[in-house]
Amino acid sequence: MAKKVLMCGNEALAEAAIIAGCRFYAGYPITPQNEIPAYMSKRMLEAGGVFLQSESELAAINMVFGSSLTGARAMTSSSSPGISLKQEGISYLAACELPAVIVNIMRGGPGLGNIAPSQSDYFQAVKGGGHGDYHQIVIAPASVQEMADLTMLSFDLADKYRMPVMILGDGILGQMMEPVEFSLQPSAFSLQPKDWILDGCKGRKPRVIKSLILNETELENFNLKLQKRYREIKDKEQRCEVLYGEDSEIMLVAYGTTSRVARSVVEKLRKIGKKIGIIRPITLWPFPERTFKKLEKSVKSFLVVEMSCGQMIEDVKLAIDCAKPVHFYGRTGGKIPDEDEIIKELDAISGFSDRRSDRG
Amino acid sequence: MDKIFEKPESIRDKETHYCPGCGHGIVHRVICEVVDDLGIREKLIGIAPVGCAVIAYDYWDFDVTEAAHGRVPAVATGIKRSLPDRIVFGYQGDGDLGAIGTAEIIHAANRGENITIIFVNNTVYGMTGGQMAPTTLIKQKTATTPSGREQKTHGFPLKVCELLSVLPGVAYAERVSVHNPQNVLKAKKAIKKAFENQIKGLGFSIVEVLSPCPTYLGLSSKDAVKWVGEELVKEYPLGVFR
Ligand SMILES: Cc1ncc(C[n+]2csc(CCOP(=O)(O)OP(=O)(O)O)c2C)c(N)n1
Ligand code: SF4
Ligand SMILES: [Mg+2]
Repeated sequence: MAKKVLMCGNEALAEAAIIAGCRFYAGYPITPQNEIPAYMSKRMLEAGGVFLQSESELAAINMVFGSSLTGARAMTSSSSPGISLKQEGISYLAACELPAVIVNIMRGGPGLGNIAPSQSDYFQAVKGGGHGDYHQIVIAPASVQEMADLTMLSFDLADKYRMPVMILGDGILGQMMEPVEFSLQPSAFSLQPKDWILDGCKGRKPRVIKSLILNETELENFNLKLQKRYREIKDKEQRCEVLYGEDSEIMLVAYGTTSRVARSVVEKLRKIGKKIGIIRPITLWPFPERTFKKLEKSVKSFLVVEMSCGQMIEDVKLAIDCAKPVHFYGRTGGKIPDEDEIIKELDAISGFSDRRSDRG
Repeated sequence: MDKIFEKPESIRDKETHYCPGCGHGIVHRVICEVVDDLGIREKLIGIAPVGCAVIAYDYWDFDVTEAAHGRVPAVATGIKRSLPDRIVFGYQGDGDLGAIGTAEIIHAANRGENITIIFVNNTVYGMTGGQMAPTTLIKQKTATTPSGREQKTHGFPLKVCELLSVLPGVAYAERVSVHNPQNVLKAKKAIKKAFENQIKGLGFSIVEVLSPCPTYLGLSSKDAVKWVGEELVKEYPLGVFR
């Protein structure tokens, strides 16, 4: 068994990328993700790959574009303002069917905001972000161990579906230290030769990788092809963790850092016999709709907890067709919802926690 | 009988979409001749820009990708760093390289990326309808400078070769023109050198090509080349800058 090491989330993610076979990293400094380029600047060279500190996030994502089209596993990382700059490149990656992993360690916004943790880029990540009818797969780790494991998964998904994958973390996940074990091995995908890359046309016909499609019918057909792939992904790649799905009357819904707080609330209230559980989406796109559909019948209401003014809540409502009440509790600006606040919110919904007796 | 003129292997047998008298076709051909001469077609990756030359891959018979507007040098960097033994070149217009992509070109040059850039300066944004480019001359009329470019509002024509020539990462910067056959031959020599530098690993090479856009100069093909040869070269002197 691999031994556990104490690492911060950003470094665990970077090490996992190397293990997954990532051999190209380009990025521009921004807090709270600076540990990733710092780690890569050393480790990537040891691994025989390329590390580049680019002149901007625009340049970084386009360097990743260039590297990816040669068949390399390529990654860039940034935080909210920098991710806004990458949107152009992400749209081009999607259009050119190029795999890439993009890490967003979210911070408070809008604008320059602050460097405290946040989940306010959810819309940008799951609804498109850049121009055009495209999607990226969005993965939300909730621990340092998942920062590692889900990074490896992200590279596989990017290659499998030939599209950008975003890892959506926040400042806490990036910077907190936890024990982590690098037990996963690179999958078969990382070893498969890619038959679409540009590496010089020796022994084959020249290839073109481009996104301009002037003919309307051709462009519509291309979009339909993408949509077909997106449907396949929605069908096969929904991931989430459910706690107490069998008998919960109220379900918390939270991802990433907030899911950890929500989870302790659930455990606390379970101890006093409350029928409460949690759904923790791991893929934010595709959203784990099936799980919601399944639990919708038995659950009386949902409480979505986010570090935003209410973004994922829209997907929860859509997933259950607003069949049950969906409540929201969020903090922003770098504030993290705490357990008491969530319990108070539950109280307001249904007198749920029975706090008087709790206090004794 | 000896054949003295033929289609380069690297160029597809296809009519181009360029306007009559446009310089892009000439530059495409010269690049393909050089590619054939150097025998690098099978290890070559070209990058088409956003601009009139965006579908250069319809004419070039080797691996080609297409970058977002202005991002050619960043894409080239990603390719070359991942495949250092391949030959990578970018093709850019003056809007692409001199306006939206200024940061990318300066930093690729400054890093001394071992790539080749062919920069087609036609003093306008051809593709979008002849708007002012950073390279537009003072007093030159364009779609967005109807009474001529004024320095007070729009600044000065941007001298890319001069600008890049001060960067130690640049191995070679030359400005050429394609307004007559003698100059096309000189352009070919320069483009060849820019590729040879890359083969030798000497670092960043750029060839700026002054090129006519008769359509948006509002001139006949004949007058457009004359204008390039007589007027444009005054603002943009030909020669080696580094
Ligand atoms: C981000 C972005 N902005 C604007 C455009 C529109 N656009 C297409 S080509 C072009 C200018 C091209 O001019 P130049 O680089 O000089 O090339 P030319 O057509 O003259 O050869 C512009 C502004 C675009 N495609 N993408
Ligand atoms: S608009 Fe100008 S640059 Fe574009 S094809 Fe026509 S002549 Fe050439
Ligand atoms: Mg131009």
